[in-house]
Amino acid sequence: MKDIKKIVEERILILDGAMGTMLQRNKFTEEDFRGDRFKDWPVPVQGNNDLLSITQPEAIKEVHRLYFAAGADIVETNTFSGTTIAMADYEMEELVYELNYESAKIAKEVADEFTKKEPHKPRFVAGSIGPTNRTASMSPDVNDPGYRAVTFDELRIAYKLQVEALLDGGSDILLVETIFDTLNAKAALFAIEEVKDERGVDVPIMISGTITDASGRTLSGQTAEAFLISVSHIPMLSIGFNCALGANQLTPHLEVLAQKAEFGVSAHPNAGLPNAFGEYDETPEEMAEQIKEYMDKGLVNIIGGCCGTTPEHIYAIAELAKNYKPRTVGITV
Amino acid sequence: MSKKEERKYLKLSGLEPMIVSAETNFINVGERTNVAGSRKFLRLVKEEKFDEALSIARHQVEGGAQVIDINMDDGLIDGEVAMVRFLNLIMAEPDIARVPIMIDSSKWHIIEAGLQVVQGKCVVNSISLKEGEEEFIAHAKKVKRYGAAVIVMAFDEVGQADNYDRRLEISKRSYDILVNKVNFPPEDIIFDLNIFPVATGMDEHRKNAIDFIEATKWVRENLPHCSVSGGVSNVSFSFRGNDRVREAMHSVFLYHAIKAGMNMGIVNPAMLEIYDDIPKELLEHVEDVILDRREDATERLLDLAESVKGTSKERVVDLSWREEPLQDRITRALVKGIDEYIVEDVEEARLSVDKPIEVIEGHLMTGMNVVGDLFGSGKMFLPQVVKSARVMKRAVAHLLPYIEEEKKKNPQISGQKDNAGKVLMATVKGDVHDIGKNIVSVVLGCNNYEIVDLGVMVPAEKIIQTAIDEQVDIIGLSGLITPSLDEMVHLAKEMERKNFKVPLLIGGATTSKAHTAVKIDPQYKNAVVHVNDASRAVTVVGDLLNKRSNQKYVGDLKEDYEKFREGFLKRTKKKEYLTIEEARKNKYTIDWPVSEITKPNKLGIHVLEDFDLKKLEAFIDWTPFFRSWDLHGKYPAILTDEVVGKQATDLFNDAQELLQKVLDEKLLGAKAVYGLFEANTVKDDDIEIVSENERFTFRTLRQQLKKYAGKPNFALSDFIAPKETGIQDYMGCFCVTTGFGTKELAEAFEKDLDDYNSIMIKALADRLAEAFAEYLHKKIRKDDWGYASEEALSNIELIKEEYKGIRPAPGYPACPDHLEKLTIWEVLQVKERIGVELTDSLAMWPAASVSGYYFANPEARYFGLGKIKSDQVKDFAARKAMKYEEAERWLSPNLED
Repeated sequence: MKDIKKIVEERILILDGAMGTMLQRNKFTEEDFRGDRFKDWPVPVQGNNDLLSITQPEAIKEVHRLYFAAGADIVETNTFSGTTIAMADYEMEELVYELNYESAKIAKEVADEFTKKEPHKPRFVAGSIGPTNRTASMSPDVNDPGYRAVTFDELRIAYKLQVEALLDGGSDILLVETIFDTLNAKAALFAIEEVKDERGVDVPIMISGTITDASGRTLSGQTAEAFLISVSHIPMLSIGFNCALGANQLTPHLEVLAQKAEFGVSAHPNAGLPNAFGEYDETPEEMAEQIKEYMDKGLVNIIGGCCGTTPEHIYAIAELAKNYKPRTVGITV
Repeated sequence: MSKKEERKYLKLSGLEPMIVSAETNFINVGERTNVAGSRKFLRLVKEEKFDEALSIARHQVEGGAQVIDINMDDGLIDGEVAMVRFLNLIMAEPDIARVPIMIDSSKWHIIEAGLQVVQGKCVVNSISLKEGEEEFIAHAKKVKRYGAAVIVMAFDEVGQADNYDRRLEISKRSYDILVNKVNFPPEDIIFDLNIFPVATGMDEHRKNAIDFIEATKWVRENLPHCSVSGGVSNVSFSFRGNDRVREAMHSVFLYHAIKAGMNMGIVNPAMLEIYDDIPKELLEHVEDVILDRREDATERLLDLAESVKGTSKERVVDLSWREEPLQDRITRALVKGIDEYIVEDVEEARLSVDKPIEVIEGHLMTGMNVVGDLFGSGKMFLPQVVKSARVMKRAVAHLLPYIEEEKKKNPQISGQKDNAGKVLMATVKGDVHDIGKNIVSVVLGCNNYEIVDLGVMVPAEKIIQTAIDEQVDIIGLSGLITPSLDEMVHLAKEMERKNFKVPLLIGGATTSKAHTAVKIDPQYKNAVVHVNDASRAVTVVGDLLNKRSNQKYVGDLKEDYEKFREGFLKRTKKKEYLTIEEARKNKYTIDWPVSEITKPNKLGIHVLEDFDLKKLEAFIDWTPFFRSWDLHGKYPAILTDEVVGKQATDLFNDAQELLQKVLDEKLLGAKAVYGLFEANTVKDDDIEIVSENERFTFRTLRQQLKKYAGKPNFALSDFIAPKETGIQDYMGCFCVTTGFGTKELAEAFEKDLDDYNSIMIKALADRLAEAFAEYLHKKIRKDDWGYASEEALSNIELIKEEYKGIRPAPGYPACPDHLEKLTIWEVLQVKERIGVELTDSLAMWPAASVSGYYFANPEARYFGLGKIKSDQVKDFAARKAMKYEEAERWLSPNLED
């Protein structure tokens, strides 16, 4: 299969859209989440979307299929919360390896189906590594700003397990995403480097931060450029932003990356901002119209969607991207 | 592709990026947060006073440090623990964390612990070949994986590089290993080439500076992309005690080292002379030493040093300035706030001009302009400016009779003063707090604005009418209590209705940019600005009244507030709330059968009359006192603060003087009334008390914001046993005042043209009232209620609220509703017993008063109510038997809309 590092210089790659939004359509009940295997699990598991890779694998594969069919080059594994830290809420720390392994495996199966059908457009699997539900450089206790709910080493160990399972399951890429605290991401990158070192392999890495609001900073307070500098010690396929904002609001921050980064630039924004009911109601056409600006300005190499986006959104974006060249990446690979 | 071939720059980050490019010239590393570099920092860390240690870091950044070096290497400190603790605290301070961190230790485990808690790209200080190649490589690999840059010491297995050749040898070897074996980015390498002292008298030290400079040049030319750093003060070590020479040596050394390529270093800016300002002879002698230009350079500099010793810094209190020209004397009196000679000097000035008004327009304004410039650029502080104003007022007072006489002689000359503009200032209806307003008035007055001060509790109609009659250019409103916010909104509406055009300034402790943008700005088509400190007031008013550019300024302002408003409204929408019923279900539950409940020793109502203020002195929390003067920092550290220490000390001495006078002459009256009662919670949120066989009910409000699982929705009623438990519980309430006499004293000072002391007396009265509340709470805990009779807390622990039980005050976060003050007044008969009254907006009069409740349960704690929903307001209105609209009006600052 052709090296993704080459392809990313030739055309704009399309990343998939939201997994959660698609799974909501199934209206899975607590029983559906549990399946047979977890019917006696001591705590409620409804809402643990990662678990569906084991209990409802067909539903997950179907979402991957819809995105590939819509034109995605890369789908993300269903492993956003696949660390011992995030899984503690469901008392499923022991299952973390299996969850990641199975998620990668089923995504890879679907990717292979499509690559076989369309060899000119190989499909890839990005192992999704979420931020966990704890922050390493902020205190959850307002009365004790020096307190930390998680340490770098705890994160590093948790991420390492996830990384190993994602690679064993067949991920082509690792995607550290929705980074609201750069220190968490640095722990993930540290773990990835350890695994690469121990196994003697190279894996393309995508890094995607989150600008939380109009302040233009990550939750942990960094500007886009400070974020870029803080993670640039790792060779990567791309750096970008996802979630929290819609495509329009993300533009100025992407411009910073596009101007300064020596790597590819990615974006997977939300379908606008949530309305009063917490729903995303931007249509595929509306979103594509905004993303057109990225392409007119030559800002991105990889583009997809986050919360609220659907295969229809990805289709609209993919069709648009066909007419554009990717941003010129300033590195010799 | 192309970017690879360009010169690569060292890039670091805190919350913000820092790029060391050819244009950045020289990066200044702050080292006061190094236990080896600052004795004070060492002491604070040893005593675990991290708050104060943080303020040192803050001053470094404010003082221009672009990177801060943090070092905890000391035998008596657990370096790893201290490093992690301090870095974690820094990360919570955006004004410090914006700059990159240099993690400095000779112990690798401390460096690694530091790297694990900082999100930005740091600098490791340092690694070297001292322990051999293997360890050097291992550490470099780790540094790279953590994503940091590194300082490499010119040090190897043999020892420290102390000459030109060894510096080259070690740096070349280190560089090659890092770049070729570790694949370390060359732009992330910073060499510390060892700065050693010169002029020590020993021949082998003569080339120390020039070797460093030349080695720097070689390294920058031959080892691509790397940087060179060093600690500059070492070079002048042998001239300790002679700052004049040291300052010159640092400047000369830096001048040449920077030219050679040194682009980073530790320099104390206070110990630096401007190169061009060094006297020619001294410069020549210092350059001879630094550049090793003469055999006898050291001897010659030593000889010269004797004659220049200390001439720059030491200054005896002298009156030589009295010999200077008149204008200089007047300017100096204004800048320094010295009023002893001002009448004499102004009189001299008056005799030198045609018309007395020229003294104001000429001599005095020239001086005040200097004050304005210094204040604007942060070189003068608020208390100094208020003192300047006192001098100015005295000067003007001396001139006024002559000006009047002049007017009578020449009636055709209009008496109108040529001022910058007229500003109306008022504390709104129902509010009595005016310290901040008075400060702003004085500062604006200093800047040649005419102030129309309407005082406190000014109704909207009066503000409107005065603004029309006086044709003012700006209206400034102030308020401290939350109901004042609505009054301000009301006034903005009135101004709009009357087609006003003048800008509206909003200030005071309860106001915020958010409230101004969301609630006030939309009501008024013209400019509305939130200004919360006096120093900003001058620039804002200047911009608003600048006829050439104010159209654009106002346009930008409106746009800014609109954006802010939109952002704010969007943000707030995302929060989730519980219904009041759900919130009650999630209340804080105390295990009542085992909870510790103490029956008060003295139930019932008690009064303290003519209380001796001297007992309160030890209870004063001085920190807020400094804040009211715009001096920020904690007492007592603020007195020795590097930036404001001098002003804080002066202010504190003045305050002490006035305080002693107040205490000795009993100028203020202190009174208190308090009561302890049987109490039980009824229907979740109400507390029923029994006083003299009569029942009263306090209505509490409950948090409604949806919390994380396991976190309760607090109301104060949660801390009192519910009636249905059958357990008898207790609570108290109180009102203290130290405000009687304040108004008269302040007026006397004003009459004496002494705004400084007029503001001072009010600030002191406020502090005494808080101290009284603290004193009384202690007495209640130990004696009257007696639930903590064993307690022994220091004043500092009291201020930190380390005692058991709480004393929340209506109008403050746990119970922001002011209405319950009416119940306290009814229960305790406050007005009848001690004379403290409530205004329309339920502010207390005299202003220096504190009222609140007492809760004794060990689990009772302070919390913030946050926003509530209309369902609770409806419920609250029903409980209080008042109209929904009225309840809504009182609770609106807390109502989520």
